[in-house]
Amino acid sequence: MTGFLLEAAQVLLALALAPGLVGLIRWMKARLQNRRGAPVRQPYLELRKLFRKEVVLSTNASWIFRAAPFVVFASTVAVGFLVPLLAVPLPFDEVGDLLVVVYLLLLGTFFLALAGLDPGSAFGGMGSSREMTVAALAEPTLAVAIFALALGAGSTNLGQIVGRTMADPLAAVSPGHLLAFAALFIVMLAETGRLPVDNPATHLELTMIHEAMVLEYSGRYLALIEWAAALKLLIFFALLGNLFVPWGVAATLTPTALSLAVGALLVKLVVLAAAVAIFETRVAKLRLFRVPELLSASFVLALLAVTSSFLLR
Amino acid sequence: MTIASWLLYIIVGAHALGALAALGLRGAAGRVLGATGAGAGSLATLGLGAWCLGTGTVLAITAPILPLTGLALRVDGVSAFFLIVAGVAGAAASVYGAAYSAHYEGRYSLRLLGAMWNVLLLSLPIQVLADNALTFLMTWEVMSLSAYFLVLTEHDRRETVRAANWYLVVTHAGFAALVAAFLLLAAGDPTASFAAMRSAVLAPGTRDAVFVLALIGFGAKAGIVPLHVWLPMAHPVAPSHVSALMSGVVIKMGVYGLLRVSLDLLGGGPAWWGGLALGVGAVSALLGVLYALMEHDLKRLLAYHSIENVGIIFMGLGAGLVFQSYGLPALATLGFVAGLYHTLNHACFKGLLFLGAGSVLHATHTRNMEELGGLIHRMPRTAVGFLIGAAAISALPPLNGFASEWLVFQALLGGSTIPRAEIAVVMPIAVAMLALTSGLAVACFVKAFGITFLALPRSAEAAQAQEAPLAMQIGMGALVLACVALGLAPFFVVPVLGSALGGVGGLPTASVEFSLGTSFRVAGAVGQMSPLLVALGLALLIGLTLGSLRAFADRRLRPGDTWGCGRIGHTARMEYTATAFAEPLRRIFAELYRPTQDLSIDFHPASRYFVESIEYRSAIHPWFEQALYTPVLRLLRGAAHRVRRLQAGSLHLYLTYMTIVLVVLLIVARWPR
Repeated sequence: MTGFLLEAAQVLLALALAPGLVGLIRWMKARLQNRRGAPVRQPYLELRKLFRKEVVLSTNASWIFRAAPFVVFASTVAVGFLVPLLAVPLPFDEVGDLLVVVYLLLLGTFFLALAGLDPGSAFGGMGSSREMTVAALAEPTLAVAIFALALGAGSTNLGQIVGRTMADPLAAVSPGHLLAFAALFIVMLAETGRLPVDNPATHLELTMIHEAMVLEYSGRYLALIEWAAALKLLIFFALLGNLFVPWGVAATLTPTALSLAVGALLVKLVVLAAAVAIFETRVAKLRLFRVPELLSASFVLALLAVTSSFLLR
Repeated sequence: MTIASWLLYIIVGAHALGALAALGLRGAAGRVLGATGAGAGSLATLGLGAWCLGTGTVLAITAPILPLTGLALRVDGVSAFFLIVAGVAGAAASVYGAAYSAHYEGRYSLRLLGAMWNVLLLSLPIQVLADNALTFLMTWEVMSLSAYFLVLTEHDRRETVRAANWYLVVTHAGFAALVAAFLLLAAGDPTASFAAMRSAVLAPGTRDAVFVLALIGFGAKAGIVPLHVWLPMAHPVAPSHVSALMSGVVIKMGVYGLLRVSLDLLGGGPAWWGGLALGVGAVSALLGVLYALMEHDLKRLLAYHSIENVGIIFMGLGAGLVFQSYGLPALATLGFVAGLYHTLNHACFKGLLFLGAGSVLHATHTRNMEELGGLIHRMPRTAVGFLIGAAAISALPPLNGFASEWLVFQALLGGSTIPRAEIAVVMPIAVAMLALTSGLAVACFVKAFGITFLALPRSAEAAQAQEAPLAMQIGMGALVLACVALGLAPFFVVPVLGSALGGVGGLPTASVEFSLGTSFRVAGAVGQMSPLLVALGLALLIGLTLGSLRAFADRRLRPGDTWGCGRIGHTARMEYTATAFAEPLRRIFAELYRPTQDLSIDFHPASRYFVESIEYRSAIHPWFEQALYTPVLRLLRGAAHRVRRLQAGSLHLYLTYMTIVLVVLLIVARWPR
C-alpha cells in the first residue's frame, strides 16, 4: 500500500515540479545571455492563465483535435508512474518496462501529430511532418541504448536497471554506461524539442517543429499540452539522472531515505537543467536536414555502448 | 463423430454450397448467399482452430481422393493457430465483401468472384492441415490460382492484368522451388507423408538446400524482399476484401510453410538458417516501410506495409531458429511465439486497414491520398476503424501491434545472453532496424490517416463521400474488437501460443510467469509488462484529466477559422499534402530512393522573367528491383525466343517430340541404378 501511495506522490511531485523545471532552464539561459529573464515561476502563471482562457477551436477540426491533449497528457503522466523518480522497486515497475515508456511517449506524439494535421493549417502539417521525422530517426538510438542498459542489468524494467547500478557502483562509470548516457542525452534533446534540434523559444513558424504542430491550440488544451511537454522533459531528466547516476534513490521506504531521495532528485534536475541551459547557449539550431547527422552520431554512440558492454562482460 | 470432424465437414460444405450459390444464382441472391457460405465456412475454420487449440485435439483424416497418396489432413497446435488466423480475417472480410462487391454488379463477373472467394477460403484451412507433400502442393496451387482469379476481378484495366501476371509468374517460380524442396525432403519419394519426412535422415548439404529452397518458395508467397515485386502491384488492384484476405492470410501461408518445413520437418538447423531469415526479415521490414512512406496510393501504401510486417514476422522466426541452434529452447520459443503473435495481429490490423481503405475507395472512387481529406466528418465510423488499425500497426500501446513487437524486441534483447561475437554484432543491428522500422511506420500512418481523414477534403468526391454500408462497418468492427482484445490480453495469448508450439521441432512449451495478475514474463525475455494495466491506467488518467478540467478550468469554446497569418478564407489548397509530409524523409533517404525529377518551365515570349506555367514531376522507382529483375527478364525473353523455334506449328513435329520424350523417360525409368 505504501508503494502505491508513494507512486501517486511521485507523480504529483513530478507534475508540480515540471513547469518549474522549464522556468529554471529559461531563467538560467537568460542569465547566461546577460538578460534578466522571467522568474522561475513564470510557467506556472502561464498555465494558470491558459486554464482560465476560452478555447478557440478551428471549424475544420474533428474530435481528434479535442482528444489529442488528453491522450498526450495521460500518456505522459502514465509514463510518470513507470519511471522510478524517488524509490525502487515500486509496484508499477512490473506494469511496463523501458520499451513501454518509449512507445507510450510515441502514442502521445502520434496523436499530437494527427492534431497538427487536423485543422488543415500548413504550419501544423509542417510541424507534424518534422516531428514525426525526428521521432522516427530517434527510435533506433533509443532502442539500442535500451539494449545496452538491458545487457548490464539483464532486464528492461527500470526498477531493476536502477537497482543493479546501485548494487554495483562501478557499473556507473563503465564505458558502456557512459556512452549510452551520451547517446540518450542527444536523443533527449531531440525528443523534448530542445536546441539544436528544435528551438522552444522561437516564434518564426518556418523554423519551428513542436511549436508549429501545436500552433492551433489555445486555452485549456494548450495548457495540457504545455504541461505534458514540461513533464516529458522532467521525465527524461529523471531517466538520465536515475538510470545512470542512481545514487540517492531510496531502496527502503523510510522517511529519511525518501527525503534524501527528493533532495537527490532536485540536485540531479538542477544539474541537468544547468547543462541544457549552457548547451543551448553555446550551440545554434541545426538546419533540419543536418539533424539526421546528429541523430546518427547518437546512434553510433549507442552502438558503441552495446559493443563495449558485450566486450567487458 | 467428434466435434472437430463435424467442424471440418461444415467448412467444406459451407464453402462448396457458397461457391455453387455464387455460380448458380444471379444478382444479389448469389452475392449474399456466396458470402454467407464463405462467412459460415470461415467461422467454422475459426471454431475448428479454437477447439483444437483449446482441447488439444489431434485430428487426422486420410481420404483416397488424390492419386498416389490420398488426401491426408492432420491438426496440430501450429495448424490450429493458423486456422484461427484464416478464420478471423476470412469471416470479417466475407461479411464486408457481401456489401462491397455490390458495386461490381453488371460490370464484372460476380459469379467468378463469389466462387473463387469460397475456393480460396476453403484452400486456406486445407493448406494448413495438409499432412503429406502432395496434399500440401496441390492445395498450394489451388490457393495461388484462386487468388490469381480474384486479383483479376477488374480485368479490363491494364494495371490489373499486369499485376496478375507478375503475381502468377513469381508465385510459380516459388512453387517450383517448393516442389524441389519437398522432393529433396522426401528423398525422391513423392508419396511421402510429413511423418516420414520428420524421421528421415538427410545429409547436411541436402538439409541446407531444402531450407534455402523453402525460404525462396515461401518467401515469394510471403513477399520477402527481393521476391516482393508482385505484392505492391497485386494487392491494390484486387477488390478490397480480397486485398484484406491476401495481405492478412494468404501471404501468411508463406510464414506457415517456412515454420512447418524448417522447424517441424527439418527440426531446426545451423545458426545461419535463422540468421538468413532474420536478415531478409530485417531488410524487408525496413525497405517495406521506406517505400510505403513515399507511396500516396492508399492501398499500395498498405501493400508495402505488408512487406514490412512480414519482415518483422520473419525476424521473430529467424531469432527463434538462431536460438534453437544455440540450444536455448526457452528463448527459441519466445522468438517463434513473437513471430506467430505478430502473424495473427497483422491479419487483424492489416485486414482492418484494407477494409477501411476499401470503404474510402468505395465512397470516393480514388485511392490517391492527395485527392482525399476530411473524411472523418463524412465517414466517422470508418475513420475510427482506420485509426485503430493505424495505431495498432504503428505498435502503439495498448493495441495488438505493440504486444507482438514488444515480444520481438524481447526475443532480440534476450539474445544478449549468448556470449558470441556474431551475436554481439547482429542483435543490436537487428534491434536498431526494427526500431527504425517501427518509428517510420508511425510517421507513415500519421500521414496515411492524417491526410486521408483529417483537414479539408481535397476533391469534390471526398467532400461528398458517404459512410460505408452497414455490412462493411460490421466487417471492420469485428476486426477492431480483435485488435483491441489481442492487444489487451497477451497474458492469455502468449501461453496459448506457447502450448501450440510445444513439441514442434522439440521446442518446450513457453513458461510464463505472472505478477500483478496480468503482468507477464515469458521465459527468456528480459522484461515484463501488462498492456491491460497500461490501458486501464490510461483510461483512468484521461477520465481524471477530463473531470478535473470540467471542474476547475474555463469551459468556454469558440469556433473560429484556422490561423492563416491573417488571410481569411482557408482552402484545401493551403493544406499540407502527403508528398509534403514525406518530403523530409525523402531528402534524408535520397541515396536510397534516387528520385527522378522533371521540371519544365514555360516562359513568357517577351521576357524570361515572366513565367507562364511550371510543371514539376517527381517519381520514385525502386532501383534495386530494376537492377535485379531486368537481367532476369532479358534472359527469360531470350530463352523464350529460342524455344519458339521448336514450336513450328507442325503436328508431325510435335508428335515426334512426344515420342522422343516418352522414349527418354522410359530409358531413364528403367535404367539400372
